[in-house]
Amino acid sequence: MIVLKELCKTYSSASGDVEALKDINLTIQDGEIFGIIGLSGAGKSTLVRCINLLERPTSGSVIIDGEDITTLPRAALLKMRRKISMIFQGFNLLEQRSVLRNVTFPLEIAGVGSQEAREKALGLLKVVGLEEKAAAYPAQLSGGQKQRVAIARALASDPRYLLCDEATSALDPNTTRSILELLRRINQELGVTIIVITHEMKVIDQICDRVAVIDQSRIAEEGRVSDVFTNPKSQIARELILPQDRAALETSGGKKIRLIFDGMQSKEPVISRMTLDCQTPVNIMFADTKDFDGIVYGHMIIELPTDENQAAKVMSWLKNSPVKWKEEA
Amino acid sequence: MLSETFYKLWDAGILQRGVWETIYMTVISTAISYVIGLPLGVILNITDREGICPIHWLNRLLGIIVNFFRSIPFIILMVAMLPVANFIVGTSLGNKAMIVMLVIAASPYIARMVESSLKEVDAGVIEAAQSMGANNFQIITKVLLPEARPSLIMGAVISMVTILGYSAMSSTIGGTGLGQIAISYGHQRFNPDIKWICVFLTVIIVQIIQEVGTAIAHRTDKRITK
Repeated sequence: MIVLKELCKTYSSASGDVEALKDINLTIQDGEIFGIIGLSGAGKSTLVRCINLLERPTSGSVIIDGEDITTLPRAALLKMRRKISMIFQGFNLLEQRSVLRNVTFPLEIAGVGSQEAREKALGLLKVVGLEEKAAAYPAQLSGGQKQRVAIARALASDPRYLLCDEATSALDPNTTRSILELLRRINQELGVTIIVITHEMKVIDQICDRVAVIDQSRIAEEGRVSDVFTNPKSQIARELILPQDRAALETSGGKKIRLIFDGMQSKEPVISRMTLDCQTPVNIMFADTKDFDGIVYGHMIIELPTDENQAAKVMSWLKNSPVKWKEEA
Repeated sequence: MLSETFYKLWDAGILQRGVWETIYMTVISTAISYVIGLPLGVILNITDREGICPIHWLNRLLGIIVNFFRSIPFIILMVAMLPVANFIVGTSLGNKAMIVMLVIAASPYIARMVESSLKEVDAGVIEAAQSMGANNFQIITKVLLPEARPSLIMGAVISMVTILGYSAMSSTIGGTGLGQIAISYGHQRFNPDIKWICVFLTVIIVQIIQEVGTAIAHRTDKRITK
């Protein structure tokens, strides 16, 4: 279990102090896939680097398996880091080493014998589906293959935790999907707790159990992915979930209503029923539904007619219906 | 005639000796300079603010020393360092003393070359090694130096050619080699042919060093996909 307590990080520079993290409190349970989402500059990369102390927090504690690692002496910290592997957006493979020797690298550091390291590395390359590339060099691989090698390398030290810093942000959608599937498999089969940093909601959708939304150096919102997705409370979460293109939400002046579907209702023909009952057309401006554990969640933004009578009719229909809804600003 | 002069010098064994002495001085000086310059360059790199082990005062101190020696023109440094050579090798004459001079001049230069080669190593790769629990010594020996290898080799080639140039200059105060032949046989005896022969031979040596060095750098660079 990873517990972050009152974590703060301030960078001082000539032009003044920059607070990268403010009072971060998070608990990451063993075995889960935890997502941290935010826009660039929100502080998520700093946050993930505080977990293995690549960045020293200015104050607060990082408690891993009950031990506050900010108080560890250096040698113990280096040893602790073997339990917390990391993969990166830029893959960060050693370009002058073969794929196999990249995977044996953490074992070399830990002082494992070369024969044993080799066998383990070959096994891990099989896990990520690249055993035939063992003798190749990183420059000969595609982006997806490089990330697979990085994942194999990250697993070499038998970590309990895997930090993924924008690990799929440099990859195309298909490759992203396959890397995320691989991560999920690693989580399920090897029981590795995974922490995913991303700016893409679809990454959170696809593999995370829980998510924390970070904005302006603070945790804006935290909860189960399905809850945050269907009922985002913070402004930033809504921005991340709703379409980025605000122009798409320009209305012709009618009220905007957001309908929230939470499994049950999405099977019902809600919109048809509403328009038929009210004899009023509504404009669907945005719709998105997702599948979580076999249950459909989603939401939709509709625009009511500018005519006040017609709009009132729909509003009263909504008030009497079981559909969850919210007036949008 | 140029060719006549060439054969005369060749038959007398003067050119062979000159070439050999030039190569000998260059290679030995480069090797010793690297023994000093490589660790110095590594320390300059890692103690930098962006380095893996930032130590501001040490970085500044070494930087000032390196800059001091690098800002003195070789011909002046050479004369100024004669007593140092005398102290280290017991003489201020001949190639032994010249090698001391070359090492004093080249080590700071090489330190800067090494420093800049190491700077080319992707910070992300270093961070990855740190995330695996590598200590600084492991990062130097397993990440920085191997990853910078092609650039280090290219730097060594440039350093070697520079040292070769310096070695010719050292003949003005008693060094030997092609530079000495050019000056004492060519310049002082008003025989331009001999000067040109020495220039020609020096050019060939430089070309060989450059070509062989570049080939090794390319051959060992795994980023180049054939």
